[in-house]
Amino acid sequence: MSNVRVLVGTRKGAFILSSDGNREKWDVSGPHFAGWEIYHMKGSSKNPNRIYASQTSGWFGQIIQRSDDGGKTWIQPGTPPGEPTTGPGGMPKGESNKFVYDTSAETGAPLTTHQFYDGTQHPWDFKRVWHLEPSLTEADTVYAGVEDAAIFRSKDGGKSWQELSGLRGHGTGPKWQPGAGGMCLHTLILDPSNPQRIYIAISAAGAFRTDDGGKTWKPINKGLYSQYIPNPTAEVGHCVHHIAMNGKRPNVLFMQKHWDVMRSDDAGENWKEVSGNLPTDFGFVIDVHAHEPETIYVVPIKSDGEHYVHEGKLRVYRSHTGGNEWEALTKGLPQSNCYVNVLRDSMAVDSLDKCGIYFGTTGGQVYCSNDAGDNWAPVVRDLPAVLSVEVQTLS
Amino acid sequence: MTLGPAAKIRVILPPHLRTLARAGRELTIEIPGEVTIRSVLDALEASYPMLTGTIRDHVTHQRRPFLRFFACEEDLSHESPDVPLPEAVVSGKEPLLILGAIAGG
Repeated sequence: MSNVRVLVGTRKGAFILSSDGNREKWDVSGPHFAGWEIYHMKGSSKNPNRIYASQTSGWFGQIIQRSDDGGKTWIQPGTPPGEPTTGPGGMPKGESNKFVYDTSAETGAPLTTHQFYDGTQHPWDFKRVWHLEPSLTEADTVYAGVEDAAIFRSKDGGKSWQELSGLRGHGTGPKWQPGAGGMCLHTLILDPSNPQRIYIAISAAGAFRTDDGGKTWKPINKGLYSQYIPNPTAEVGHCVHHIAMNGKRPNVLFMQKHWDVMRSDDAGENWKEVSGNLPTDFGFVIDVHAHEPETIYVVPIKSDGEHYVHEGKLRVYRSHTGGNEWEALTKGLPQSNCYVNVLRDSMAVDSLDKCGIYFGTTGGQVYCSNDAGDNWAPVVRDLPAVLSVEVQTLS
Repeated sequence: MTLGPAAKIRVILPPHLRTLARAGRELTIEIPGEVTIRSVLDALEASYPMLTGTIRDHVTHQRRPFLRFFACEEDLSHESPDVPLPEAVVSGKEPLLILGAIAGG
């Protein structure tokens, strides 16, 4: 029988929730890295016991952690226990935490500026890793989306990181600006049908795609309309909150923008709005059913000024038609006096039949539906604010 | 020139960094030459590489903004990292304190 392992990053540590395929009884481990912000954890599909975690702090900076036993024990990849703490020549290790923008003449791009909140130009400055995306084909390769926005790659299991500088050097950087959470690269999707193709999204720059493994990047924001920027249909500057793909149909993308739910049927070349009958089309998360590529999920949030669910009701909205026609899913979710948010990386789907849907809230609840959204139950109720949720389906 | 015996410098870390370094409240770091903030942090990072980047930037070596350095009841945070530390720190009578700013709530 299959099992599931849910990886939960919170404001004050990481938690791992485990269950069998029924997804009714849960074991909870944690907090791991207690007291630290865990922006994201994700397991490798090549080696499910390998999990990467982004541990971060405004005080102490960025730490990368890795587990090779499904989250029971953790190491910093550059400093495994029992090994010498210095490398050849006496140089200290610790490279696994080092994210330095590549400005070299050979592979880099000059360190430019981006727009700050007040419209002035501001230097690029690394702050943290928002998202870790393990390669679909190599367990030692993993990508990192960071703030200030850039993409890094490690080919040695997270021991060292190199920037794919073509994105930051795209040339539109001075027009990028931070969203409320900072100028972060938060979404990173690898195309399972084309190893050269990667999608990313940045708040607030928009979505980009590479078709050459990260050397060059193209903005893919045609069709987006954002009233909060001087030119609402600009090539860049849109506050894309999240993008989701069903790997079986990789040219179809779904997007939760700051406002508006969008879809693209041509790998991001063109977008059209599919907000339809949603009570509000502001939100952060969006995800796609594992087996039904036209079934998608969002959690509408009241507005950009009021980051909590609409009407005090926690409702997941599901569309079986790839958007436009939405139904509220409420069974098992609080329907009064609820004022939580669901952040952009805090929804995930497993690949069991029936498909399991998971999401975490800023109120510290993690909910699971083991029947594709028809019914919900809390797995845990009182964690710190949830920053991210990922799920692994284990055979 | 003959160098004297290495100074044994006492360093107190903030709690989160103790966890990260798998160390106790106070560490002792041996410094063979001049004892400065820079030489102490160089030696600290050599012994505890997991702390690299957590106290000062990986590349610029600028102090992280929410961390402060204190010794002998003096704030050394804004001193040059190459200024010799007080004799009481060099002799081991007083520790070098690395503190996280009190911010949050």
